[in-house]
Amino acid sequence: MPSVAQYDAIVIGGGHNGLTAAAYLSRAGKKVLVLERRHVLGGAAVTEEIFPGFKFSVCSYVVSLMKANVIRELMLPKFGLELLPLESTFTPLNNDYLLRTADHDQTYREIYRHSPRDAEAYERFGPLMSQIGMAVRPILETIPPNAIRPSLSDLSATKKLLDHFKTLSTEQFEYLVKLMTMSSADFLDEWFEFDPLKATMSASGIIGTFMGPRSPGSAYVMLHHYMGDIDGAFRSWGFQRGGTGAVSAAIARSAEHFGADIMTEAAVEKVTVKNGKAIGVTLENGDQFDSTKVISGMDPKLTFLKMLNEKDLPSDFVTSIKNFRIRGSSGKVNLALDGLPDFTCLPGNGPHLRGAISISPSLEYIEKAYDDAKYGNFSRSPYIDIIIPSVLDPDMAPPGKHVMSCFVQYAPYNINGGWNDDKREDFGDAVINALAQYAPNIKDIILHRQILTPADLESTFGLSEGNIFHGELSLQQLFIMRPAVKWADYRTPIRNYFQCGSGTHPGGGITGSPGEMAAKKILKEW
Amino acid sequence: MFNPAISKIYFMSYSNQFTAHTQLRLSPFFERTSKLNESQEWRRWSGYLSATNYELSHENEYFSIRTKAALLDITPLYKYIIEGPDAQRFLDRLVTRNIMICKVGQVMYTPWCDENGKQIDDGTVQRLAEQKFRITSAEPNLEWIEHNAAGMELSIIDDSTTTAALALQGPNSRNILNKVISDSLNNLKFFWMMKTRLNDIPISISRTGYTGDLGYEIWMDPKYALSVWDLLMDKGVSYGITPTGLHALDMARIEASLILLDVDYVSAQHAFIDHRRSSPYELGIGWAVKLKKKDFIGKTALEKEHVQGSEWQLRGIEIEWNALEKHYRKMGLPPGLPNTAWRSSTPLYQGNEQVGYATSGCWSPILKRYIALAHLKSDNARIGTKLDFELKVEHFRKLTPAMVVDTPFFDPERKRSCPV
Repeated sequence: MPSVAQYDAIVIGGGHNGLTAAAYLSRAGKKVLVLERRHVLGGAAVTEEIFPGFKFSVCSYVVSLMKANVIRELMLPKFGLELLPLESTFTPLNNDYLLRTADHDQTYREIYRHSPRDAEAYERFGPLMSQIGMAVRPILETIPPNAIRPSLSDLSATKKLLDHFKTLSTEQFEYLVKLMTMSSADFLDEWFEFDPLKATMSASGIIGTFMGPRSPGSAYVMLHHYMGDIDGAFRSWGFQRGGTGAVSAAIARSAEHFGADIMTEAAVEKVTVKNGKAIGVTLENGDQFDSTKVISGMDPKLTFLKMLNEKDLPSDFVTSIKNFRIRGSSGKVNLALDGLPDFTCLPGNGPHLRGAISISPSLEYIEKAYDDAKYGNFSRSPYIDIIIPSVLDPDMAPPGKHVMSCFVQYAPYNINGGWNDDKREDFGDAVINALAQYAPNIKDIILHRQILTPADLESTFGLSEGNIFHGELSLQQLFIMRPAVKWADYRTPIRNYFQCGSGTHPGGGITGSPGEMAAKKILKEW
Repeated sequence: MFNPAISKIYFMSYSNQFTAHTQLRLSPFFERTSKLNESQEWRRWSGYLSATNYELSHENEYFSIRTKAALLDITPLYKYIIEGPDAQRFLDRLVTRNIMICKVGQVMYTPWCDENGKQIDDGTVQRLAEQKFRITSAEPNLEWIEHNAAGMELSIIDDSTTTAALALQGPNSRNILNKVISDSLNNLKFFWMMKTRLNDIPISISRTGYTGDLGYEIWMDPKYALSVWDLLMDKGVSYGITPTGLHALDMARIEASLILLDVDYVSAQHAFIDHRRSSPYELGIGWAVKLKKKDFIGKTALEKEHVQGSEWQLRGIEIEWNALEKHYRKMGLPPGLPNTAWRSSTPLYQGNEQVGYATSGCWSPILKRYIALAHLKSDNARIGTKLDFELKVEHFRKLTPAMVVDTPFFDPERKRSCPV
């Protein structure tokens, strides 16, 4: 007999946003059940001991955008949130390097070494981006209004935003429009001349996106990565002690503290819809759960095209969701190391290994990497964003050993001939060869390697096409358009069925924001 | 850590051989710490040059206390050896804790007071042997100790420069020490100590510290100082050992709600006016006053205060975030948080009346809370009491809400627990 239980809300997917929504709903006194397909919670924010003694933030690997009010309201530090600063960015070059750190004097002197002009421009650039970040922040914190049939509260929210935009200076407005429309490379060309600096900065404009640094729109993605804040300070990245899975675990513990039930290895097959209303879910094993509301933390493709029958949805909406761009462009290589990589340009251990290490020697290098992907191949010389978590948190690896996380772009989901085991190994080799250009000892110290292609990200973590943001952060897929016009306010065409994943406003990254805002919207109208 | 390749580039136009001259005292670890201190930022601590932070920012050092292992040179602490048949009885009379029940190998944190029950200093009493104790203090106390020992059968030795000390604090501290010493620390309980050897170097290790975390303090003959430092740094690398300065320590001790002399209170011996003097009850350490024990200095006054109640209380307060953020938003600024711990007295109000003052505070990166230690009039010191904290936003004074909360702010299980 299938089991039946009555819940106020069921959250499909124990990713960090689903858990956040569950925690907020439980905190408001609702009886909530979270159903996670895998054996571990966290979705893409997960820590797993892939090789004995070596723990990896398997997918997402840094934290910056986690909202400060979510941290406080869900009391996450009490439940294990511990964010360590990740403040430097090291770009190895042939016989030289660029190392930007948290220290103002040090970074000024370092950039000055390459370009005195850039060193000064850099000092103006940071505050400007912070100002733009502050200018955009109210949008991020607004539940997207229904642009077609705005409610009264939609109108008042819109008015508030318009009033806010009236307060921006001409300069802020100018740069905001530029950031919304330009390519990251063009935008940075207006500011800087030292190519490796531009390349490394532009890289945050392509992450999770099937665009090159010269593609229009990539400047916005760069801004998205600038909007993170830790402890009120804009623009700093953090690393969670114990890996990103510990962020999810902290949110899960908070949700449980407020009374939520969480089940793992409980894959949902379908949302039960009756008379245009969601009334519960059916698991793959046949179990059924009833609930007043159902909330999906999955991406828009799975939320609508898998969990529901197309015939239950308006056809124009189905078209919108089918057109929603979710093209995976990145892969991940996780390495268990016997020691530390030794960079030819800056040998030995040092602070440069404690932050991000960026293989981005020039804009052309990244653009060429994109060219490979455009025509259906993985990049032969890819852009790689590396961190070595065990340097910050020695518990991630056995004493003296290390774990290295390599985020790699590009690896197209639709690769010529499809992904298979050989191609996965080839991709891994390309990444390691690119690394070995700068740290030749890497090949000798690799003990184990885990290679994740977009196809693996899809099959293991349920990220459609392997897109890490549940859909690209391109202008036509933001705010009132995310994931579809009229349905950006966390509601769906099915009554009592809601969405709270990164495919909703304000998008991807470990923010907790979609989960929080969805829960607040649901509670407001309960 | 120090990276030769970086320094080579940074000092390109200068010589990287530098010498300096100082009138301050140098600890036996200075030969190492001076070379590791990349910021060359130093503070004075008891007349010693003591690293403010080794790196350009203290952040990594702060986090090493909470997530890895921080190595601090604590040699500047004042230390006295009290030895003789009357040593135990004497210390019991000197301090407020019950030293008569202190066993060999045990350590007790304690304040001590003048005859009026006002606190002079605080530190730890270590029972090294049947008749031998070490007491540590923040300020020199030799005169006070000698003065009160008149007629007793004991010797008092100023051990301040004859014993060097390191603190190794943080979740990995035990793992590192277990690697290098001849015994296991697994059974050493919180506030106990043991004698052991480190590569044949005799040392003693106490499970104590000023961070509120798992941690140890290592006591040694200064002639072994460099060998001990080198060995710890060498074996500690894979556990993330990090030389750590006073900026990081100051934040950690506020999170642990541990008071600091001359910051959170003034020694009764140096207070210019009576208003500046505080009793242990008024400093949040009333638990360390053992009124049931036999006579001790300040007992009569403390008994009276215990019955009548104290005028002041030292409490933890939390400055509320949303209101703070609003103050800054109004100015078009992101929230301004102190980067390091502050120690300037800050008024606290209730309505129009000033009911107290905060003496030290910091943004706690691990707790994500803005916290402070504050002196409050007893009527306004209940947990949950709402206060107004004076905040300067863009040169203008504002009042922003704060609340009296439980302390310690940060108190991890690992501080006291032993491995199973």
